[in-house]
Amino acid sequence: MSGRTEGGAQARHLSWATQCQASDAPMTRALTLIRRRLVGSIFVLLIVVVGTFLLLEAAPGDAVDAYIVSTGGDAGMIELLRHRWGLDQSELTRLANYLWVLLHLDLGQSVTFSRPIRDVILERLPNTLLLMVSATALSFGLGSALGIYAGARPGSFRDRFLSIGSLALYAVPGFWLGLVLIVVFAVDLRWLPIGGIETLASDKTGLDRAADIAIHLVLPVSALGFIYLALYLRMMRAGMAEVWRQDFVLAARAKGLSRRRIVLAHVARNALLPLVTMLGLQSAQMLGGSVVIESVFSVPGLGRLAQEAVASRDTPLLLGIILTSAVLVIVINLLVDIAYAFLDPRVGAGEADA
Amino acid sequence: MSPLRRFLRTPEAVAGAILLAALIAMALSASLLFPGDPQAITGPALLPPFQDWSLPLGTDRLGRDVLAELFHGARTSLAVGLAAAAAALVVGAVVGTLAGFAGGLVDEVLMRITDAFQTVPSFLLALAFVSVVGPSLGVVVIAIALGTWTGPARVARAEVLSIRERDYVAGARVIGMHPLAIAFREVLPNALPPVLAMSSVIVAAAILTEAALSFLGLGDPNRVTWGGMIAEGRAVLRTAPFLSIVPGIALVLTVLGVYLAGEGIVETTAVRRGLS
Repeated sequence: MSGRTEGGAQARHLSWATQCQASDAPMTRALTLIRRRLVGSIFVLLIVVVGTFLLLEAAPGDAVDAYIVSTGGDAGMIELLRHRWGLDQSELTRLANYLWVLLHLDLGQSVTFSRPIRDVILERLPNTLLLMVSATALSFGLGSALGIYAGARPGSFRDRFLSIGSLALYAVPGFWLGLVLIVVFAVDLRWLPIGGIETLASDKTGLDRAADIAIHLVLPVSALGFIYLALYLRMMRAGMAEVWRQDFVLAARAKGLSRRRIVLAHVARNALLPLVTMLGLQSAQMLGGSVVIESVFSVPGLGRLAQEAVASRDTPLLLGIILTSAVLVIVINLLVDIAYAFLDPRVGAGEADA
Repeated sequence: MSPLRRFLRTPEAVAGAILLAALIAMALSASLLFPGDPQAITGPALLPPFQDWSLPLGTDRLGRDVLAELFHGARTSLAVGLAAAAAALVVGAVVGTLAGFAGGLVDEVLMRITDAFQTVPSFLLALAFVSVVGPSLGVVVIAIALGTWTGPARVARAEVLSIRERDYVAGARVIGMHPLAIAFREVLPNALPPVLAMSSVIVAAAILTEAALSFLGLGDPNRVTWGGMIAEGRAVLRTAPFLSIVPGIALVLTVLGVYLAGEGIVETTAVRRGLS
């Protein structure tokens, strides 16, 4: 994935730099950025909605079939339901209806849950977000720290060891790592719970409940986070190798700064920025990865919901989940770009020249 | 020094090549060494590994030979990984070339579509696609390619943008070549190296995605897959963890082999290009 993301990061950086040329203060730059990105995102979302709608339309059987399978009913009932849910109208009409409903921030009704899809998704979303944010913090924090450790002495034994080791880790399927962690820490050692998001039927509140959830999250977060750790480690290392060659590092050396200071304050700091862009690009991967991890650890999140939607052929629910994920990815990328606007002083310097 | 010798002098690359060779040997010899249905019951259920030398890796919950399943699973992994990566590279290269060479509205539309595909988590897209069309080997290949063609498309486009300004492209225009012929005969071949450099990462990702899909029960039901074996072993995780662990190790070694060999090839050829 490194090739793909490096190219993407570069393209993004360029477009972002040109987008911000007109203004100077970070705040105005950020606002311009938000406006431009939102306009672009609407088109992207429209493509996602129409594309996914048409794809799921092609599925054999519709919501009524799924409903009848679970409850039973005769031909008259099927006819009635099709009419009531608007499924007897043409594809185009239904797409238009769906877009109209979406405009009201509604996602329709779930057949399997007999509740508004929006409510079902909002109920599951926090668990997935918690899992994603924790796993990202783990992979980003530990990955960049180990990357600095490896990149501080390029070509050394620890550099080679860490880069091969991280590659091996990157080759591990997340769901399998999850199962191995379960075997070791939940079945053999009995240190951690085997799955779920919290102890069922416990009336814990406040800090106790938070601690309970944290303990339940240790294994799923490790399974999801350790895979992507390698990505940040390798990117940090590669970035540092490039920075080492630049003149200001030589200048820092000539000034007589300690190696430690040069590594942390100059080399690592400058190599950190591309990793921030990566955070946004990785968010879609993380969401996809959490589908399998949630299934392994029975975490009631968005990913597990997607699997349930697939199993029960609840197409509108699946559509709603895909849309929610797309919006989530767009929002995360926007946040990352805004953070970038405040972090990178180089664009401001370039504008002063222009 | 020839690229091959340089490759052979890199220990990581050689290790990767050996792993890959072993995998290919497993895939090719599967029906010779283990003729017949690998999903047939051959012994007592849940036989641990290294107990009976006619069933070296033991048997699963239903008494199927784990070693035979492992060999046949290598086949599925390799076939799906290579086919999905090839599809993603071809589609990506074509879309990227069209977008970069045509520019303007075509570029804008194609890149927004690329954006849309990158916005939806590719695993979720694959899940939805397989569940709509129904699991079979071809569908799984398409589902994986749907989520991976965007990377090659972006790289190809960036490369084409720099190539299309070169003199030989202007020359081709002057002699009256059709723009599509210029795009695909003159520009595309020269834009390929950086796209092909991504292939090992894409093959590896495809193998991992296939495994995850079959782990969730969305693989081809008529074929042995390593992901399916891991899911199958999950039911007896407490008593027979080896059933899940063994195919997982095979997966890790395969993907690692692809990464190491791929990195070795890219590095040795890049050095050669740098010298010439």
